[in-house]
Amino acid sequence: MSGEHDGGHHPEPLSPVEARAHAIESLLIEKGLVSSDAIDQVAAAYEKDIGPLNGAKAVARAWTDPGFKKRLLENATAALGELGIGGLQGEHMVVVENTPKIHNAVVCTLCSCYPWPVLGLPPGWYKSPPYRSRMVKEPRSVLAEFGVVLDPSVEVRVWDSSSEIRYLVLPQRPKGTEGMSEEELASLVTRDSMIGVGTIETPR
Amino acid sequence: MSTDAAVQPPDLSGAAAVPRKNGELVFDAPWQSRAFGMVVGLHQKGLFHWDEFRDRLIEAVAAHPGGDPSASPATIYYRQWLAALEKLLLDKALLAKADLDARAEELLSGERG
Repeated sequence: MSGEHDGGHHPEPLSPVEARAHAIESLLIEKGLVSSDAIDQVAAAYEKDIGPLNGAKAVARAWTDPGFKKRLLENATAALGELGIGGLQGEHMVVVENTPKIHNAVVCTLCSCYPWPVLGLPPGWYKSPPYRSRMVKEPRSVLAEFGVVLDPSVEVRVWDSSSEIRYLVLPQRPKGTEGMSEEELASLVTRDSMIGVGTIETPR
Repeated sequence: MSTDAAVQPPDLSGAAAVPRKNGELVFDAPWQSRAFGMVVGLHQKGLFHWDEFRDRLIEAVAAHPGGDPSASPATIYYRQWLAALEKLLLDKALLAKADLDARAEELLSGERG
């Protein structure tokens, strides 16, 4: 399989350089010289270890600084700018807050729009057609498969990203973290929690 | 971090250094991270010495210093990166140019998704 999962679902035609990159990748994979998994693993290192750091910093700041949180929810693009986090493609960022009564999750039904500057590279499943369609139709089931089991009283809001607007979920601050520093808090924030398909555990 | 070996391409500096912001690698399209992953993955399998790639990358950077002025630094850089990878694969006869041209054409025309 090609490692580029967007394939026929991407609304834009391939540029010549993209076609060249895909051609090289698909031939290398056919010849068994490199696996899609190996390429994914290099990419995954960014998703898990490096990419989401910016988003995690913003979440930790919002948890510790009510003024920043207010600005983040009112105008995320400007608030993220305060932290030196800028949009690579000029897209508008919107931050949505999880509360005990509302759980937010993000999807891109059209292709794989994703807030790169705050979350790094999108995970493979984010680009998969089943996630993109099912997250809209049956969000509670999809969330449960990710391990997020919500009480029926909790309202689920699913946000569809586009090339103009990218969403970031502000997860709930876990209990028992009152004495933690902003830096310690940032280390708790996971990529999945900022897409809305994960919750943050109270550290032991 | 245990994944350092996977993510740190050895020894690229000067004009051939990968774009970074605050020490983190910068990509602004998926094909760029795939191109990065291909080179690191092939190198991990021992299919070439890092110098062989680095030399071609330096050549590619020197051959196309500017490129499209409207393109981002990462886009310009990974075009050069991809050109270096292609040259390496052809030089080492790991891929044939005719196969590559044909596949790219199929992808561009939409015959292959």
